[in-house]
Amino acid sequence: MSERKLPPFTELGMLSLALIVIGGIYLSSHIPQHVPLGLPIALLIASAALVVVNLVLLSRVPGFAWHRFFQVGKWALLAYLITAGLIEYAFLRNHLRGGPLVILTLSLLVYAVQVPALIAFTVARYETSAGDGVDPSLAHGA
Amino acid sequence: MAEITAPPAAAEAEHAPPAGPLDFEIVPLKGLPIVAVIMALLIAAIASNKLWPLTFFHVAGGAAWTIIDLFLGLVLGPIMGRMSVPARIEFTTKLMPKMVLIMPTVVTATLAAGWQLATYLGTNLTSNPLHGWVVASMIVVGVMAILALGLLEPANIAVLFELKKPRPNPVIIERLMKRFIYCSGILGIMQVATLVIMTKLSSG
Repeated sequence: MSERKLPPFTELGMLSLALIVIGGIYLSSHIPQHVPLGLPIALLIASAALVVVNLVLLSRVPGFAWHRFFQVGKWALLAYLITAGLIEYAFLRNHLRGGPLVILTLSLLVYAVQVPALIAFTVARYETSAGDGVDPSLAHGA
Repeated sequence: MAEITAPPAAAEAEHAPPAGPLDFEIVPLKGLPIVAVIMALLIAAIASNKLWPLTFFHVAGGAAWTIIDLFLGLVLGPIMGRMSVPARIEFTTKLMPKMVLIMPTVVTATLAAGWQLATYLGTNLTSNPLHGWVVASMIVVGVMAILALGLLEPANIAVLFELKKPRPNPVIIERLMKRFIYCSGILGIMQVATLVIMTKLSSG
């Protein structure tokens, strides 16, 4: 099986997720004390930057199956926006306010974009030509 | 004693990819209303902030999550690894679509109800003597989440898409299934740590 040269999308994506998870645990473990926000902000910025870098690197891959990437990505995005919304609701329900709320909300946004991108990439990377595509008549559940 | 060997045609068929696209749903649409009901009940449990519904969702969801990970990673995974390719594909097309709905639902219910329960009980406050165990559980769950979201879930979806193709590539399926099985094994082992932490938290 010949393979195209692809950027380390999964590795960078997992690193991006790891950074927001570390930031989230750091913030959560300080409740209800005052939390120094420097570290979580730095982790969030680095995580968001990795999302952008990942997509830029991927956009430079010639012939990448963007149609499949967006087909899978849009439904995964919908699913992960719902779960992110649920987690956000739990934060609001517990009267989280101010800087920690902003950082956790933005972290959830990164999570809701990064995970669908990882799923979409893993599917689209094995899409080599139109002939190899999913049979449209059978993809009703996709 | 005569050695029994598979005829060449049978051996070839054992490793051959499926002849055409398989008829299955990547996301089982019939399961979506059930997921919606569970999510609505979960929101109601969090909004009510009462001990019993929160404990129910956290314990029931957590038990399902732990058992599925342990069983899949340590029992089913090795069995799947030894199956013939056609048998593994048939098993995959029946198991994986269900996992696409079950795991995110179970994980979301466990974590959301768990955080609310910790808030209710005060175990997530730094002043609580069990706070260290709660932070330890967050770290274990964090590592599991990165593995599950970054490797396992994408492999799960990708293998289903591959199997939907008119000519599925057995090399790709094999690679994705290996990723899924190894990942499940690691998550299964990590669930043992979760069991240690959660039993400590519940016994005080």
